[in-house]
Amino acid sequence: MQLSRRGFIKLTGAGLAASSLGALGFGPAGEAMAAAVRPFKLVAATETRNTCTYCSVACGILIYSMGDRAKNARSNIIHIEGDPDHPVNRGTLCPKGAGLLDVVHAPTRLKTPRYRAPGASEFKEVSWEFALGRIARLMKDDRDKNFIDKNKAGTTVNRWTTTGMLAASASSSETAYLTWKVARSLGMVVFDNQARV
Amino acid sequence: MADLQTQNYIRRSATTLTPPSVRNHEQEVAKLIDVTRCIGCKACQSACMEWNNLRPEVGHFEGAYENPGDLAPSVWTLMRFEEYENDVGNLEWLIRKDGCMHCEDPGCLKACPAPGAIVQYANGIVDFMSDACIGCGYCLKGCPFDIPRINPVDHKSYKCTLCSDRVGVGLEPACVKACPTGAIMFGSKSDMKDWAGERIEDLKSRGFENAGLYDPPGVGGTHVMYVLHHADKPGIYSGLPENPTISKLVQFWKGLIKPIAIAGIAFAAVTAFVHWITVGPNDVEQNDEDEADRLLKKAEGS
Amino acid sequence: MTNTWQDIKNANLVVVMGGNAAEAHPCGFKWVIEAKIENSAKLVVIDPRFTRTASVADKYAPIRPGTDIAFLSGVIRYLLANDRIQHEYVRAYTNAGMIVKEEFGFVDGLFSGYNEDTHSYDKSSWEYEFDEQGFAKVDETWQHPRCVINLLRKHVDRYTPEMVTRICGTPIEKYMEICELFASTSAPDKAMTSLFALGWTQHSVGAQNIRSMAMIQLLLGNIGVAGGGMNALRGHSNIQGLTDVGLLSNAMPGYLTLPYDREDTFETYMSTKQFKPLRPGQISYWQNYRKFMVSFQKAIYGDAATAENNWAYDWLPKLDVPLYDIIRAFEMMDKGEMTGYICQGFNPLQAFPDRGKIRRSLGKLKYLITMDPLDTETSRFWEDFGPQNPSKPEDIQTEVFQLPTTCFAEENGSLVNSARWLQWHWKAAEAPGMAKSDIWIMSGIFHRMREMYRKEGGAFPDPLLHLSWNYTDPHDPDPEELSKDMNGRALVDLKDASGAVTVHAGKLLDGFAQLRDDGTTASGCWIFTGSFTEKGNQMARRDASDPREQGIAPNWAWAWPANRRILYNRASADPAGKAWNPGKPVIEWNGTQWTGIDVPDYTPTTKPSDSVGPFIMNAEGLGRLFARDQMAEGPFPEHYEPFESPSENILHPKVKSNPAARVFADDRAAMGKVADFPYVATTYRLTEHFHFWTKHALINAILQPEEFIEIGEVLAKQKGIVQGGWVKVSSKRGWVTCKAYVTKRIKPLIVDGKPTHVIGVPLHWGFTGQARKGFGANTLTPSVGDANTQTPEFKAFLVNIERATGPAV
Repeated sequence: MQLSRRGFIKLTGAGLAASSLGALGFGPAGEAMAAAVRPFKLVAATETRNTCTYCSVACGILIYSMGDRAKNARSNIIHIEGDPDHPVNRGTLCPKGAGLLDVVHAPTRLKTPRYRAPGASEFKEVSWEFALGRIARLMKDDRDKNFIDKNKAGTTVNRWTTTGMLAASASSSETAYLTWKVARSLGMVVFDNQARV
Repeated sequence: MADLQTQNYIRRSATTLTPPSVRNHEQEVAKLIDVTRCIGCKACQSACMEWNNLRPEVGHFEGAYENPGDLAPSVWTLMRFEEYENDVGNLEWLIRKDGCMHCEDPGCLKACPAPGAIVQYANGIVDFMSDACIGCGYCLKGCPFDIPRINPVDHKSYKCTLCSDRVGVGLEPACVKACPTGAIMFGSKSDMKDWAGERIEDLKSRGFENAGLYDPPGVGGTHVMYVLHHADKPGIYSGLPENPTISKLVQFWKGLIKPIAIAGIAFAAVTAFVHWITVGPNDVEQNDEDEADRLLKKAEGS
Repeated sequence: MTNTWQDIKNANLVVVMGGNAAEAHPCGFKWVIEAKIENSAKLVVIDPRFTRTASVADKYAPIRPGTDIAFLSGVIRYLLANDRIQHEYVRAYTNAGMIVKEEFGFVDGLFSGYNEDTHSYDKSSWEYEFDEQGFAKVDETWQHPRCVINLLRKHVDRYTPEMVTRICGTPIEKYMEICELFASTSAPDKAMTSLFALGWTQHSVGAQNIRSMAMIQLLLGNIGVAGGGMNALRGHSNIQGLTDVGLLSNAMPGYLTLPYDREDTFETYMSTKQFKPLRPGQISYWQNYRKFMVSFQKAIYGDAATAENNWAYDWLPKLDVPLYDIIRAFEMMDKGEMTGYICQGFNPLQAFPDRGKIRRSLGKLKYLITMDPLDTETSRFWEDFGPQNPSKPEDIQTEVFQLPTTCFAEENGSLVNSARWLQWHWKAAEAPGMAKSDIWIMSGIFHRMREMYRKEGGAFPDPLLHLSWNYTDPHDPDPEELSKDMNGRALVDLKDASGAVTVHAGKLLDGFAQLRDDGTTASGCWIFTGSFTEKGNQMARRDASDPREQGIAPNWAWAWPANRRILYNRASADPAGKAWNPGKPVIEWNGTQWTGIDVPDYTPTTKPSDSVGPFIMNAEGLGRLFARDQMAEGPFPEHYEPFESPSENILHPKVKSNPAARVFADDRAAMGKVADFPYVATTYRLTEHFHFWTKHALINAILQPEEFIEIGEVLAKQKGIVQGGWVKVSSKRGWVTCKAYVTKRIKPLIVDGKPTHVIGVPLHWGFTGQARKGFGANTLTPSVGDANTQTPEFKAFLVNIERATGPAV
């Protein structure tokens, strides 16, 4: 709203009222108006050292979670900030790193295996047993059908080109190593990661 | 930290009691924003939202990198971007982190009619106390930097707290900690001024003759200061005020009305006041400013 | 990166070209700011757009996308013509004096040996002359007309300042100022660092972009020194690790390579790996290849890999084409040659070129498996999301599995950063719902398939049946156990020459020098040997102390190889062993050994008088100004236009674009012409987002909520496009409708006399997550890759733009 002259008068009136509250002995000490800062929220949170999941600067982060890892408490991540000891980021984070909490708790985090049947218009939730069993079957059937053990020249080549895999460049090296073992022992050659994109 | 008992604050809105003052050896703090090393990454905005549990609505692209479009009850800091072509025709992308300046002489606090809704701690931080806030919007009027915002849902005023909860336990504010390039520093005000001096020297050596510190005297200096490459033209940084001062209206209110109030006021005024605040915040036009100025001069003259 | 992130602070000049470090790597970029403030460094940014990196630069110059080689070749010409190179360094540490075969040549845009039918080269002439002993011939005086430095001089002679500005559109004064800044670091005690990323790789000449700068760095003596180096800033948090562990079509862990069909026996394979030194006394470290290879096979096949079966060599798949890269994979898919595809933490519908082709191809699969913490577009490619993803689900027969996985906060493990540091991280919480780790899922698939093969038999099951799997919980191996596998262990008591036991059987190894080629050691990734030893998990080390605060922090985590923080650090000292820059020495010869703040490139007692070159992975021990046969399109970089370009190739009109690039016929047909698509487009990330993940994070969706493109004021005015108004951007492959950001930061470039407009296309938006729905930049991009790596050309292509009326709903 725009303050007209009448408004200005109202303003002075309001001023009068408020000013008198203090001056007339409705002093702050006696009121439930005690000014207090917000309590520091990390006092007893559990701190875990980790590395930012986004880029390869690999900033050190401190993950704060609710609960002290007691049997009956389920850890819930409440805050993430930079690790001041880390030689590269020295506690700083970028806008992605400073918002990591929201990717951990994204509403679009997946919680259940889901399956979409041929021609279906939606996913349905399935068990891990179903998902992994069906996947293994599909992969084995394809491999058995299309595996190439020798090329035309008669050289043993042992490759499988009809199922491919893209590996995750934000997963750990340990995951990568295990993934390599599984994929290559099947003879998979259509195999790549995010190095190029 | 902030109530009277802690003896940690030096000012409290709408209060004529003298605050406890014996603990007079607290260091003043300051945040120094060096716009010349800011890369506009918005880590400060992200960290502010994360630490303070603020999540404004997902907006739209509005033809600028500023997102959200303006400060808001849940937007306490905002990077402002200005594409500026200098005298020799080279482009400078001036990026300034906007937010509460934590004035030494806080116009918001002076304007605030609600006892204890705005306090200033001995370290210089100006904090809004929501339990006492009545949502009248005077703080907006009092602020020469256009910072506080009233939330229409709860009728409370909001702005940057300088992470008083973190500073209170000995930590730096969330934006300061996050800033990847050290464009935001935090420490004692005197250290920050010293550091700014070094930065200004470096900038001058790089051809920015008018580099300087923005610590405007019109508000008694601020606890959030800027290093600017063009300190002679603060306005080019998305409208940073050239010479901010507290509105005459606020000075008038402090200088004149309060004594009148003390002279004896009926409780009817309180009722009128409470009624008025529900109408919401206000803007003040130039003629109101002029009127205040006239009254102030008259009062001073008498 | 050859150097560390913190080491950037030691630079005197920081050049950001082919990247946008401030926006893509803000926390690493702090060390650029540190260099400016603490080391009085200058920052130069060369980019088609005035980026947020440019906003803090001392010098900014615009460049037309895809013309970096012309720019940098011009810099090389400037350095040679004005004699601004670090002579002693170039003489001692590069192949400048090596004499090249007489048959080598370059005419009208083509090097010798080109085959027009196969779009490839016979590279036999791209080689040194050899003496009777098999060593390369050298002319130390650089008088020989065919020594490398003289051939290089001749090659770059065409890149005059006028030619550079005609091609690149960079104003000549700015270009000359930058040449001089580069040249200033030829002083032995001055260093320039090059920071780059996908702005260089995502071109049909990507690898040569990087080579051009690497050559400049060699000429200036800036490799191996503090504050120098070639620093690929890299992308994802473990993209370095995934590359190190060899999760690429033709790769094996530790940069060993998968065999090709022609390598029909283990010995044939080995014959092309153990490079003999090309100069006397050089190390040529790949001579140890067999040790790494045999130890690897022992690690994955255990007792089943024996000398008799050539360490199970035949169990490795062989390649019949150079790469089964992503462009080839989707070409195969589109042609109906693929059945299944697994996307582990990967979102190709957003990430790969020519989105329409990607969507169409996925619909031809029998099955698609996605493993991801987030609900990706790829897993929903079949669903109709309106114009952003039009689809008829009933017509798509692909079975789709969407498997929920843990994220970083819910698992232990190590990641390798761009400075090659292996850093351990710890789990902070349980995964939500039924989400499981990738390790658990991959193990689950493995066990089920192995069980099926045991019961049913089937195609060649031996590798699967004998895969080594000695984990405490076989269904969910502990990451520490996998780390130890990669580090490697002794399989028997290892003894030294005197017969004394150096490592007991079963114990973890301390370094790759302990690896053997007789099957007595096992190591899953030789470059990681030393990362998890009997002393414990070295990747978990947290001692941040930093001698002289020079940015090495040698006891923080662990770096490959051998905890070396600056690669080629031997080159930080002169031939006699004294630091080029006495203020910032890395290693120096103290009369008896190499000492300093970093681990030396080779045995610390190797005397300077032995003249062992610092580039130990190269057979000549030297940095290569002439690449021999290592590159697909030539031993020297040459400017070729992007496949979609508004300009002819001014240097050689008959050879416009990379002659050695592979382009599939359908993809070639989907290339646009300048008459229809007159503007140059380039894609990029914004600092507020990380690819396609952060639109799922509310904070980041708030910070950049909606798809837009960037356009200069001049073109906007011509096209009647207003600030924040709607536009339609189209390429030969598709179109997007979004808002326009009209900016002063993109200006028309004068290319060969004609104004050229650039349109910027940020790439973050899709149809899942918290941000507003978008079409995705890859709707527009062409499906053509770099000739060496097949990295798609996202940084330079052609589009048209017109004002649009409103949301495409």
